[in-house]
Amino acid sequence: MSPYYYLVLSAALFTIGAVGVLVRRNAIVVFMCVELMLNAVNLTLVTFSRINGSLDGQIMAFFVMTVAAAEVVVGLAIITSIFRTRRSASVDDANLLKY
Amino acid sequence: MTHLLLAAGNTAVSTPSVSYHALAPIFIVLGAAMLGVLVEAAVPRAERFTVQLMVTIVGLVAALVVVGLLHGTRTTTPSPTGNDAFFAGSLSIDGVGLFLQGTVLALALVAALLVSERSVDVGSPIVASAAVVVGSADDRRLTTADRVQTEVFPLMLFAVSGMLIFPIANNLILMFVALEVLSLPLYLMAGLARRRRLLSQEASLKYFLLGAFASAFFLYGLALLYGYADTVDLPGIFTAQQTSGKSDVLLYTGLALLLVGLLFKASVAPFHNWTVDVYVGAPTPVTAFMASCTKVAAFGAILRVLFVGFSSAEWNWRPVIWAVAIASMVVGAVLGLTQTDIKRILAYSSIAHAGFILVGMVAITKQSTASVMFYVLTYGFTTLAAFGMLMLVRDPDGEATQLARWSGLARKSPVVATVMTVLLLSMAGIPLTSGFTGKFYVFRAAWDTAGPLVVIALLSSAVAAFFYLRIVVMMFFAEPPVDSPTIAIPGWAASVALTVGVVVTIVLGVFPQPVIDLASKASYFTG
Repeated sequence: MSPYYYLVLSAALFTIGAVGVLVRRNAIVVFMCVELMLNAVNLTLVTFSRINGSLDGQIMAFFVMTVAAAEVVVGLAIITSIFRTRRSASVDDANLLKY
Repeated sequence: MTHLLLAAGNTAVSTPSVSYHALAPIFIVLGAAMLGVLVEAAVPRAERFTVQLMVTIVGLVAALVVVGLLHGTRTTTPSPTGNDAFFAGSLSIDGVGLFLQGTVLALALVAALLVSERSVDVGSPIVASAAVVVGSADDRRLTTADRVQTEVFPLMLFAVSGMLIFPIANNLILMFVALEVLSLPLYLMAGLARRRRLLSQEASLKYFLLGAFASAFFLYGLALLYGYADTVDLPGIFTAQQTSGKSDVLLYTGLALLLVGLLFKASVAPFHNWTVDVYVGAPTPVTAFMASCTKVAAFGAILRVLFVGFSSAEWNWRPVIWAVAIASMVVGAVLGLTQTDIKRILAYSSIAHAGFILVGMVAITKQSTASVMFYVLTYGFTTLAAFGMLMLVRDPDGEATQLARWSGLARKSPVVATVMTVLLLSMAGIPLTSGFTGKFYVFRAAWDTAGPLVVIALLSSAVAAFFYLRIVVMMFFAEPPVDSPTIAIPGWAASVALTVGVVVTIVLGVFPQPVIDLASKASYFTG
C-alpha cells in the first residue's frame, strides 16, 4: 500500500483536531483535540520517515510524545483548578476577561 | 530500505562531542531551577522566599556573566561524529544567539526583582497558595497572609532556560522542545495572581489552550519540512531548497505553519487574540516578564528560521511578513485607541511593537538583524518598567488599572507620573528615549527594501502615540477622582527594577552608540 495514504489520513486527523478545538466547548475535549493534532503530526513524521528512508522522523515522534505528556500535566492542572471554583469546564463560561 | 537496515545493524554508537562551555549559561539556569525545586522541598516555609530569590538572582547573574565571557564565539554543537548525525550542529552559539541570550537574562533579572516585590501588596503580587479554591474561607484568609507560592521562582528559571535555547536552536525539533519548555511554566505563572484570581486562572486557561493549539501548527509545519528536506536542520533545509526534488507545496505549507506557531508566541496579529486577555489576567510582574523576555526569544527564533533556513526563499515569505507586520501595527494602534484600561492599552501596544519589529525583518542584511536585536532590547526594558509602574497605583482591592483612576496622578505623586511619562514617550518613539532610537534603526534598515511599509509603520506609530499621550495628559491635566487611588512606596526590589528600566530607556535614547555597535558586531549567524 502506498505510504502516501497515511499522509492523507494524518492531514485529515489534524484537520479534525483543529476544527474540534474551534467548535467544542468543554475544555477537556478541546484539549483532547489538541492531542489529536499532535498525534496526527506523529503519524506524518513516521510516514515521511518511511518515505525518506531515514530514522529521524521516528526519533522525532518520541520527542513529540514526551512533550505532549508534559503538556497534559500542566493542562489538566489548570483545567482542574478552574473547575474547582466554577464547577464547569466550559470554555464559554470563562468570559470575565472581556473589554 | 537497505540503508535503514544497515543503520540498524551498525551497533557502534559514538559519543557526540558537545562543547559544554558554550552551553554553560543554559546549564547554570537549569541547575538553579532544579535547585529551586529542591529548596521548595527542603527549606522551611519562613526562609523559602529569601532562599529562592537568592538562588534565582545568583543563577541569572552567573549565566549573564558567562554569556559575556563567551562573546565572539562562533560554534555549533554537538559536532558530528560517526553516523549519528541527527543532532549534529543543532545548537549554534553565535553573535545573534549570545546577544539575545544576554538580553533575555538581563530582562529576566529585572523581572525577577519585580516578582519578588513584597512592599506594595501584602505578601507579594503572587498568590499565597494556588491550590486553594477561589472564594473559599481559606482563600479569603490567605489573600492578606504573608505567604507566597514560591514555586514561581523555579518556574521562572525553567521558562528562562527555554528562552535561552529558543534563539540558538538550529534544529526545528529542538526549537519545538525549547518552545514548550518556555511556554509550560508561563501557562502556570499566568494563573498565580494574588488578587482577582478567577481572572488570572482564566488567563492561564486561555493561554494554555491557544498556546497548545499554536504549537501543534508549529509541529505540523516541522513534519512537512521534514518530508521535504529529509532533515529538520535549518542549514539542511536551506541546502534542500537547491537540491530537493520534492514538491514546493510541502516547503511553503511547512514554512507557513511553522510561522503560525512562532508569530503566535511573538503575539503578532492575526495571531494576537490571546495577548490582551492573558496580559490583563496574569499577575503584573509576570506580564512584564512575558511581554519582554518571551518577545526577545520568539523574535530570535523567527530571525534564525527566516535568515538561516529560508534566506533563499526570501521572495516568497517577504509579502507574508509585510502583511502580518501591517496587520499587527494597525490592530495594535487602532484597538489600543478604544481601550479604557491601562493594562489593556500596554497589551495592545505590545502587539503594535511586534509589528514594528517585523518591519526590521523584511530585508536580509546584517543591519536589519542588528536593528531587530537592538529594538527587542530597548522595548524589553521599557515595557518591563511600564508594567512595573502599574503595580504602584493601587485601590483597596488591588491595582487601579482603569484609565479614569489615573487622572490627576501628577498631583498626588509627581515622581510616579513623570517616570510613567518617560516610559510612555519611549513607547511612542519620541526622540531622546530608547523607543526613538530603536524605531529609527529598524525603519532605516527596512527603508531601501520596503519604503511603503516604513511609511505605514510611521503612520501607525503616530496613531499609537495618541493613546500614549492621552494617558500623559490625563495624569497631568485632569482632575483627580474623589477617592483617588493610593500610591504604594516600592521596596528595594521594585525600586531597583524600575530604576534600571527607566535608566536604560533614557541612556539608550541619549547615548545608544555602544549598544548599537555591540549589536552590529554581534549580528552574525553560524550554522
